[in-house]
Amino acid sequence: MTGDTFRKPRSFQEIILRLQNYWADKGCAIMQPYDMEVGAGTFHPATTLRSLGSKPWAAAYVQPSRRPTDGRYGENPNRLQHYYQYQVLIKPSPPDLQALYLGSLEAIGIDMDLHDIRFVEDDWESPTLGAWGLGWEVWCDGMEVSQFTYFQQVGGHDCHPVSGELTYGLERLAMYVLGIDHVMDMPFNDPDAPIALRYGDVFRQTEQEYSRWNFDVADTDVLLRHFEEAEAECARILEQTAQDPKMDQRIIMAHPAYDQCIKASHIFNLLDARGVISVTERQAYIGRVRALAKLCADAFVQTEAGGWTPEAVA
Amino acid sequence: MPDLLIELFSEEIPARMQARAADDLKKRMTDGLVEAGLTYASAAGFSTPRRLALTVEGLLGESPTVKEERKGPKVGAPDKAIEGFLRGAGVARENLEERETHKGAVYFATITKPGRPAAEIIAEVLEDVIRNFPWPKSMRWGAGSLRWVRPLHSVLCILSDEGGAEVVPFEIDGITAGDQTRGHRFMGPDTFSVTSFEDYTAKLKRAHVVLDASERADHIWQDATNMAFAQGLEVVEDRGLLAEVAGLVEWPVVLMGEIGEDFLRLPPEVLQTSMKEHQKFFSVRNPKTGRIEKFVTVANRETADQGATILAGNQKVLAARLSDAKFFWENDVRAVHEAGLEGMAAPLANVTFHNKLGSQADRIARIESLARALAPVTGADADEAALAARVVKADLSSEMVYEFPELQGIMARYYALEAGLSPAVADACRDHYSPLGPSDDVPSDPVAVTVALADKLDTLAGFWAIDEKPTGSKDPYALRRAALGVTRLILTNNLAMNLDRFIDAQLVLHKIELNAPDAKDAEIKALRDILDEIADHGVFGAAFRTVIDKLDGEDEPDTGDGSLLRSVGDAVPDISTDLLAFFHDRLKVFLRDQGIRHDVIDACIAMPGNDDLALLVKRAEALEAFLRTEDGENLLQGFKRANNILTQAEEKDGVEYSFGADLKFAEDDAEKALFAALAEAEPRIEAAMETQDFAGAMSALAGLRSSVDGFFEAVQVNAENEVLRRNRLNLLSQIRKACLAVADLRRVEG
Repeated sequence: MTGDTFRKPRSFQEIILRLQNYWADKGCAIMQPYDMEVGAGTFHPATTLRSLGSKPWAAAYVQPSRRPTDGRYGENPNRLQHYYQYQVLIKPSPPDLQALYLGSLEAIGIDMDLHDIRFVEDDWESPTLGAWGLGWEVWCDGMEVSQFTYFQQVGGHDCHPVSGELTYGLERLAMYVLGIDHVMDMPFNDPDAPIALRYGDVFRQTEQEYSRWNFDVADTDVLLRHFEEAEAECARILEQTAQDPKMDQRIIMAHPAYDQCIKASHIFNLLDARGVISVTERQAYIGRVRALAKLCADAFVQTEAGGWTPEAVA
Repeated sequence: MPDLLIELFSEEIPARMQARAADDLKKRMTDGLVEAGLTYASAAGFSTPRRLALTVEGLLGESPTVKEERKGPKVGAPDKAIEGFLRGAGVARENLEERETHKGAVYFATITKPGRPAAEIIAEVLEDVIRNFPWPKSMRWGAGSLRWVRPLHSVLCILSDEGGAEVVPFEIDGITAGDQTRGHRFMGPDTFSVTSFEDYTAKLKRAHVVLDASERADHIWQDATNMAFAQGLEVVEDRGLLAEVAGLVEWPVVLMGEIGEDFLRLPPEVLQTSMKEHQKFFSVRNPKTGRIEKFVTVANRETADQGATILAGNQKVLAARLSDAKFFWENDVRAVHEAGLEGMAAPLANVTFHNKLGSQADRIARIESLARALAPVTGADADEAALAARVVKADLSSEMVYEFPELQGIMARYYALEAGLSPAVADACRDHYSPLGPSDDVPSDPVAVTVALADKLDTLAGFWAIDEKPTGSKDPYALRRAALGVTRLILTNNLAMNLDRFIDAQLVLHKIELNAPDAKDAEIKALRDILDEIADHGVFGAAFRTVIDKLDGEDEPDTGDGSLLRSVGDAVPDISTDLLAFFHDRLKVFLRDQGIRHDVIDACIAMPGNDDLALLVKRAEALEAFLRTEDGENLLQGFKRANNILTQAEEKDGVEYSFGADLKFAEDDAEKALFAALAEAEPRIEAAMETQDFAGAMSALAGLRSSVDGFFEAVQVNAENEVLRRNRLNLLSQIRKACLAVADLRRVEG
């Protein structure tokens, strides 16, 4: 893309489409969002589980993410309880990952000759996933536009090889590129489309509804029960023998178990937003989710996608 | 002699690690080279966000040949022994030398270790340095196993002299050393070769990289201050931030921007903190008004629009950040206007301080109770100190402190002023956390001093009561810092107070709260009575007995089986002693840094009244000064001699010689002189000690020196005559007593 043919994107969705095209061009499998409520794109099994084991992997996808405590009834210019992350995971991390990443910024209309891009230390840790990595938050003119992480450990397992993970906060990044001050004013589709929609047309009402439910209405007893159930089910799934008696073959149910882990994690976030978890209990809950994540990671590395081979056993 | 240049080029190194890493590279490389025999003239290490570099000048081209002589078996020894020696030494039989020694003829071998070329040694040392580099945190990447702070991309390693440069053959995990590097990520991305350190720095500069971090920092500071000066403003100095920012850029470009009229009324600390923490901006102040009016940001590149886009972006981010801060400030101020500062503190009832030590509100109530008790000692008004105790932590539930924890105290001060509280209370809000470190300012206003002491003492008593004391390097609640804080508050403000009493009271208060859920009402009441008694009597033991005696007199006090009271009665004195010993340990460390010897402090800690820290330090200072004089040093020797003779005699005879000596049994003039000197010194020492005039007491002791010396010179203590012997021992006992009244000189070394 040269300076004179350079065209700025005009809408939120155009930025997403350009990212999809860019990473597809670079060889990533373009995945779809995971069909469960998650707090961040990292929770998608395409990142969490696929960063484990020795098999190469390259995926990119949009992931709707929910953070109940960040709900502001649609009134805050950039805080939302439901927002989108763009996630890229490549294993092993290629040597030119920084350059690839910078290319993606150019692809969405950030002119490298005019802006100041900086990689500022920011080590990533997810206590709920038992995961950590080293990397940066990437600044564009003083604004954080992405997280850039080399995974070192996930679910308590050392990552070999290491995955490179990129996470873009799509709303914030798009607002910056499009020059919008309030997220609800951001063009969602092309502003010249016959039916032009703004972000607020799509999400203002849901932000209000979920903010009310998250903060004041969600039934905490039910949620607490769901948490326990998800926790128990996750453990129960993983207690099953590897060999499926009906099919008479090895079927370890790492993904169904991991779904329960995701569920427990999201319910914990909801309970947190309802303010029924004390500071000391918080740590205990996080520890319980982490224990599930570890079990799932242990199971996944025993599957083929996780690098297990019958030969390795024999 | 060649020069060595090394560059380790990687992805962005965290700013906080760069300077240390440059030093480590220099130290570890040069240590390794020297150990292998390669000495050098000079060396320097450098760092930028993407590279560590090392230049070593005047390096030896090869390590010197080393000859070593080894002694072997005797001539004529069995062949086996000789062959073994030859194998070990790596020499042939014909090269052995026969030499006559006093044991006869012996074989000697001369082993020559030839020198090795510098390049070979450098490659070995560099591999070791890279593989064992002491990064605070390191990582792996891709499919490799090498660890570095972030992915390592290339290694430049050349030896150069007048004849030119050559690459040191070196390879690590697939990275082969070369003579190439590249410049700025955006402004000079092409690779280029270098031939020497001068060539390297010059080419880097052309490729928009300033290698030297201090040069980058100087440049930033120069430009920032010049820009501010041109507008009649000044940059708020912040060396930590300057070093960090210099570590975020290879090509610093300083830009100054506007804060926005809307935000200028925020407290300057809020502006400064928000800009520094979130954006790494310097604050620019108007010296006339003291207000922060602009900011300085440092970009990593030049642009065609002179940084206009970059500055606009930064201003926008700042505006969003400061909108948040303004929102918090306005909400907090509104809350304070509506419900006062105590109203703001109310939610602290729901915030856990520690799961065993209750909520923040419980803690505040304990601090208030202690603050009242301390007020007479510190000279504060008790009601004002109590009010201050209730509000100093109110800002922990403010929105601003939730966002910026480092503003705790500072915000409470602003909110106290908004609530119309006195300046003394407002200042106590800010200052009651102080002092935080050994060189931090110590508050002096009585209200602030009272709350600062109460806060720290309550924390210490609490963690001692639940037995969570610091161990080794683990001190998660910063209890060492709290104890040092109490010590410095007492010493700096010269407070005469017996710590014991306040420690005991606070321990009992904690015991009450820890046991409240399970205890019977009468048990709690009895413990509260003990608390009141401590306030009256000042001693736990007496207070405890008074209450127990009273209970025994009553008809049917339902204090259960009495086990709670008994356990408190047993535990508090032990815990209290242990906590006081902790204070003494902190005091020792503190005084040692002030040049007072540990044995001198020990000699004073062994004396009664050691819970009055100000007194303890006065005694230690006087003793330290005394022992520095010739009289003091000699008297100490005299005391030791007297004490040794006496201790031996007492052990042997099984009695204590403390009956007092009688002048009529004195035979010798020296003996009589000592009697006279003691008669004169004893009342002087006693009088001085009564007014805590330690220097006076020690000068009286000094007066004994010549008589004690004279006595030991002329008199045989263990005389044949048993009466004389006993009298002399009793005389020595008087010397010992006089000395021990001042300090426990037995603990002084030397």
